[in-house]
Amino acid sequence: MTFPAELKYTKDHEWLKMLDDTTALVGITDFAQSELGDLVFINLPQEGDEVTKEESFCDVESVKAVSDVMSPVDGVIAEVNTELEDEPQKLNEDPYGAWIVKVEKISGYAELMDAAAYEAFVQK
Amino acid sequence: MKLIFEKGAPGQHLSLMPPCDVPEVTLSESRTAPLDLPHVSETELTRHYTALAKRVHGVNDGFYPLGSCTMKYNPKINEDMAALPGFAQVHPLQPVETVQGCLEAYAEAEKLLCEITGMDGMTFQPAAGAHGEFTGLLLIKAYHTHRQDTARTKIIVPDSAHGTNPASAVMAGYTVVNIPSGEDGCVDVEALRAAVGPDTAGLMLTNPNTVGIFDKNILEITKIVHEAGGLCYYDGANLNAVMGVVRPGDMGFDVIHLNLHKTFSTPHGGGGPGSGAVGCKEMLRQFLPGPVVEARDGGWQLVQPEHSIGRVKSFYGNFTVVIKALTYILTLGRAGIPEAAKNAVLNANYMMKRLSEKYTMAYAGPCMHEFVMTLEDLHHETGISAMDIAKGLLDHGIHPPTMYFPLIVHEALMIEPTETESQETMDEVCGVFLELWELAHTNPQALHDAPTKTPVRRLDEVGAARNPVLRYTKA
Repeated sequence: MTFPAELKYTKDHEWLKMLDDTTALVGITDFAQSELGDLVFINLPQEGDEVTKEESFCDVESVKAVSDVMSPVDGVIAEVNTELEDEPQKLNEDPYGAWIVKVEKISGYAELMDAAAYEAFVQK
Repeated sequence: MKLIFEKGAPGQHLSLMPPCDVPEVTLSESRTAPLDLPHVSETELTRHYTALAKRVHGVNDGFYPLGSCTMKYNPKINEDMAALPGFAQVHPLQPVETVQGCLEAYAEAEKLLCEITGMDGMTFQPAAGAHGEFTGLLLIKAYHTHRQDTARTKIIVPDSAHGTNPASAVMAGYTVVNIPSGEDGCVDVEALRAAVGPDTAGLMLTNPNTVGIFDKNILEITKIVHEAGGLCYYDGANLNAVMGVVRPGDMGFDVIHLNLHKTFSTPHGGGGPGSGAVGCKEMLRQFLPGPVVEARDGGWQLVQPEHSIGRVKSFYGNFTVVIKALTYILTLGRAGIPEAAKNAVLNANYMMKRLSEKYTMAYAGPCMHEFVMTLEDLHHETGISAMDIAKGLLDHGIHPPTMYFPLIVHEALMIEPTETESQETMDEVCGVFLELWELAHTNPQALHDAPTKTPVRRLDEVGAARNPVLRYTKA
């Protein structure tokens, strides 16, 4: 299981990669995908949707269950990774490459952890 | 195995068709191509369905502890009663004066089920549980709309709820507000208090809840919702734990759905159809789907309630299912109904106690009619998941428990033995569970490979979900 050092993490197992001061990519962590198991469907949000920190903006479905993906930030969705629609397995294969949305106009953050703190959090 | 369309040959057919005794007509929109029906003999047809029947597992085959589904034995007397010609050979469009006995049976079933649940009226139209939820929510909506209280747009659902609850609420046009459960698996009363307001249309709750715990704060919970102006909906999925012992109506609920195919012993799943009867308090009766059965002028009539939400199913529901449920209630009687519930709880606690020897329970006991185990530790130690244990059970002729539900418990297995299993059966099954626990430690590969004795081995669930083939196309 990997925890890239350049990312920030939430307690709900999303990662945040800052592109500049108010823009970032969001995805789910390696731990999240391994707990969920093979993903078979993703219900993606739309470009222009507003997202609110700690509120669901998307859901993913494995053979076990449907799970919400929570936003780590307040902002507006600038871009959606529509490739995931046909290939949700990319979230399993490459969790840190398979970003879900690009959020811009970020105005607030959930409580975020660095890689070391998140690694300790999931191993608890 | 071959599909029925792949069997037989042109010209083969059944000998059962009686001669046509009505005039032949030509339909205005006739088909240009012939119907693609199987061409099989009666022998082949019989063998085909018998072969299919051998590949399934039902309550008549073995233990079936599917949690929250109440897979109890379906007494054969139910079938005898439903097969009586007066019930089986009627048509829903017959004049009501020729089906008075059927209407009386509906009225009797309504009266008894209202007594058991503490409700004032009931509809038998909904065909299953989720259909009942949807209908019940439409009643709640009609109630608020009728009072011109239109700001109520939210339905509160605890995070332990069956997935159908939020889905039904959305179908009914509501926004869902999820509230977390407390450490004990019950509703967090403070979170509920914070969630209610002038936009609250209602609360949906299962009690005992999906982790098999009776919510001890139930009176306070329904009071909080009522004081905020909302109504309380009781999901009857787990009524088997309390039927005849406590009544949802007395807990403060205004609307309830019953799964006659769970609690009241009518066939379930592929053996259906189901019945999701919806009961309500007096102030909601005027909104019930029509028609309902009422006594008028010395007989029984089908009438439309004054402000009915309209039909939710053709005619008046799945009639013979109601007959089977009525038979069950009359067979058990006033003493037998609560005794069944108490034995369901006793059986669940018996199994929980025995399995606690090795397995970790998600919540401290005692439980109601079902209990949830968490295999998270086993998974970390041995790599054996709840799924692997479930597959291992198949090789012992046992239907797996409900898996990975409720979502708030990791690696969950939810077991509901029901009251109709004997101590000997439960001992045998507990023995298998404990044996599989040992196997997880001594030979985990054997469990990863399970099942080996079933007609098909482990199915590719991921492949089925990612690339579902839902239509048969003839080669």
